[in-house]
Amino acid sequence: MQVLFKTCYEDDIRFLAKTGEKVRVGLVIAALLAAPLWLQNYYLAELGLLLVYAIAGIGLMILTGYTGQVSFGHAAFLGIGAYCHSILISHGVPFSVSVILTTAFSAAIGMALGRSASRMHGFYLAIATLAFLILVETLLGEWTSMTGGYAGLKVPALVVFGMPLKAVWQQYYLDLFFVLIVVMAAANLFRTSTGRSFLAVRDSELSARSLGVNVEWVKIQSFGVSAAITGLAGVLLAHHLHYLSPEVFNVLESLKLMLMIVVGGLGSILGAIFGAILISLLPISISFLKDVLPPGIGQQAGLEPLLFGLIIVLFIVFEPLGIYGRWMKLRYFFETFPYCRKSSFVRQKSYLRTERLR
Amino acid sequence: MLPVNDIIHLAVTGLAQGCAYGLIALGFVLIYKATEVVNFAHGEFMMLGAFAVLAYSEAMGGSFWPAFVLGCLSIGVVGYLLDAQIMRRIIGQSSASIFILTVAFGFIFRSAAGMIWGWKTLTLSTPFGGTVTIAEGLTISSGRIAIIVATIILCSVLYLFFSKTRYGIAMQAASQNQLAAYYMGIPVKRLVSVTWAIGATIAAAAGALLAPVTQVDTTIGFLGIKALAGAIVGGFGSIPGALLGCLLIGIIEPFADYYFPAIKGVSAYVVMLLVLFVRPEGLISQTFQKKV
Amino acid sequence: MSAAAMLSVRNLSIMFGGVHAVEDVSFDVNPGEVFAIIGPNGAGKSTIFNLISRLYEPCSGTIHYGDHDLLELPAHKIVRTGIARTFQNIELFEQATVLQNLLVGRHRHMSANPLTALAFLPSVRKSELEHRRKVEDVIDLLDIAQYRDERIADLPYGARKNVELARALCAEPTLLLLDEPASGLSSEESDDVGFWLEDIKHDLGVTLVMVEHDMNLVGSIADRVMAINDGRLIAIGTPDEIRDNQEVQQAYLGVSA
Repeated sequence: MQVLFKTCYEDDIRFLAKTGEKVRVGLVIAALLAAPLWLQNYYLAELGLLLVYAIAGIGLMILTGYTGQVSFGHAAFLGIGAYCHSILISHGVPFSVSVILTTAFSAAIGMALGRSASRMHGFYLAIATLAFLILVETLLGEWTSMTGGYAGLKVPALVVFGMPLKAVWQQYYLDLFFVLIVVMAAANLFRTSTGRSFLAVRDSELSARSLGVNVEWVKIQSFGVSAAITGLAGVLLAHHLHYLSPEVFNVLESLKLMLMIVVGGLGSILGAIFGAILISLLPISISFLKDVLPPGIGQQAGLEPLLFGLIIVLFIVFEPLGIYGRWMKLRYFFETFPYCRKSSFVRQKSYLRTERLR
Repeated sequence: MLPVNDIIHLAVTGLAQGCAYGLIALGFVLIYKATEVVNFAHGEFMMLGAFAVLAYSEAMGGSFWPAFVLGCLSIGVVGYLLDAQIMRRIIGQSSASIFILTVAFGFIFRSAAGMIWGWKTLTLSTPFGGTVTIAEGLTISSGRIAIIVATIILCSVLYLFFSKTRYGIAMQAASQNQLAAYYMGIPVKRLVSVTWAIGATIAAAAGALLAPVTQVDTTIGFLGIKALAGAIVGGFGSIPGALLGCLLIGIIEPFADYYFPAIKGVSAYVVMLLVLFVRPEGLISQTFQKKV
Repeated sequence: MSAAAMLSVRNLSIMFGGVHAVEDVSFDVNPGEVFAIIGPNGAGKSTIFNLISRLYEPCSGTIHYGDHDLLELPAHKIVRTGIARTFQNIELFEQATVLQNLLVGRHRHMSANPLTALAFLPSVRKSELEHRRKVEDVIDLLDIAQYRDERIADLPYGARKNVELARALCAEPTLLLLDEPASGLSSEESDDVGFWLEDIKHDLGVTLVMVEHDMNLVGSIADRVMAINDGRLIAIGTPDEIRDNQEVQQAYLGVSA
């Protein structure tokens, strides 16, 4: 195990301090950049979609994983992003301008929601965001003149800076570009005082407040940043879907985002990316399961939500830290081999932490 | 302006609907008060209840009441096991994880029900199939009356249970201070599971009673979300508050659907968001501050 | 009342559900002193702290700190007047590292702008480095360098107490409210706390107000002691005066003297 001796404050705020981390991240980025060379178009498109979901996951992770505000309505921001962008570019707004406007618009809606949510107590927020999602879905369906209603809305072709990006690899690079930016920005955020104030609000609002953190404003900021990033994912998602309809952005989609961050590991950016990988592998494994399972179960319509639910339950009960936690344990095991003890990661006994005065 | 008869009709319909929400919300609040867990899968208990009663009644050749009792009790057992086997393990995890867990259970229940009983809408034949004529041109289906009556009966029974019986008082004690209750020799863990069982049983009863109105399919569990909205409007901390909130939501709904057809079905959420916006703690507030 | 009082509390009262948790309490804290609040469990000691840090809203009374009327400020602005605090049941940011906790303590001195944060502009980098230097001084003072990069959840209890004290010091307060700084500590650890508090008072010039049960600690470092019972003030005086006060003995031992 490489022990890092910090010799200057720069070592503290550097992203990848250890050589192993540098090599791993470098290899992953190189592999992603070279993906069009070694992947068929179908898989390349899937990989692009994975990247889009990674962005959305990071968006939700900032809110739920880092600030502790549960949102069951994040599919709404995906929808707002996708619809707003499609409507803007079909009215002749160029892609680059539309991306900025859409992101800003999502951020504004997010901050408005965060403003009303900032005074709400834990689960009130969860249910309010769920209601928000249902309202947005209804609005997208009913506002026919703007959104095309339940009949759907065609997404115009992807044209960036006057260049039509028709090939799969071109769109893939666009997705990759935005993923790298978002990962970088999110990582930046959590090495500054703004990011730390998010963590503070998650872990103890009271002491955050007594240290001078304006808790309400932090929640508004967190909602804003989170909604902006999820809205950006919506923009990119629109170009993958080609055709938008309100039902795409429903409760199940929200649950999918939630599944990503819970299973990936709450409170880490890497967790959101692990979650996106898992989400992308799920349909493949489900179609595999359908062949294996007896037709009585395998061919049933509800298999997908059932599996989603089961995976979440199993992870929360048995591995609350998610894939990221598992990854840390594996790494620890190999780095300290053969000195790793089973007790290194024994969970502390936990008690009911009451939030009520009485 | 609507004719008076229609207004009364809408109001009674709404009242019945509100009572059904109230029955579900009762379970939410009981479980919340006992464990501080908000069970987002509670609507699914109601859905499972409707299906279970339907299944029993088909198996027993159409007799409603035995099937009703058996079905509700079965769902009570499901609730008990859910707490004893799963929820108990995750005490102390972040509330975010717990919400997500219960939502996931909702999806599992819905899929499981769909796989067992199919995704089509089924009809449960109840003794309240007919209508009652109250006045000239004013008929109300007896199913709705039954819900209102059942709500009154169940609430009184629960009130007596919690204020008069040893078990109920022990439950109250446990919900106020688990540690102190534990020291006094109250089996807190078992009581919490029993609370889950009671909540699930009531929800199942609501599901079976609502069956003539909503029919039976896998989506009726979403009524649970509206019940939660109602409970929040009234204030989650108190049972009377939650019941009042649910009645309010129930009565507003049919009128809102009539006057604003564009938001048909979602008026409950609009009302809830409005209330939360103005009074984040609900109409009847309760202190929510952590002790330091 | 002395004219030079730093913190002055007048006729403070708060009710919880019909019960007076604090009733008509007045006291002054002078610059540079160690002021201890003692009393039996449930006497309202922590409640007074929560009132000063504006976590509770008083029913009546005033709290002035220097020129600031604290009751006009929201809770998150209290620290900007120079008042920092610790909590009775340690309120650290459990899932964050010690360093991150301490840096949140610096929050009052840092500008937080999400947009520059996302881009990590050079100015942000510069301020990050600068504040790490400040935090390092506190880490040295309280001797917690070994825990620097550990998560709070992995720390033993005594270390957590130190970290919480360190976090409050990072805010560079002029007045420090300590809610039972020695509770749950061994007698050696409790002695250490006593030395540190002396250091904090003399070297950093911080005025200390503390709630404490450990009368040895109170007797060794407190300049003045206030005893309260059932939310009411019993006596204010030097540690020796308080120790000999009959009413105080009565409140603690429950005997009629």
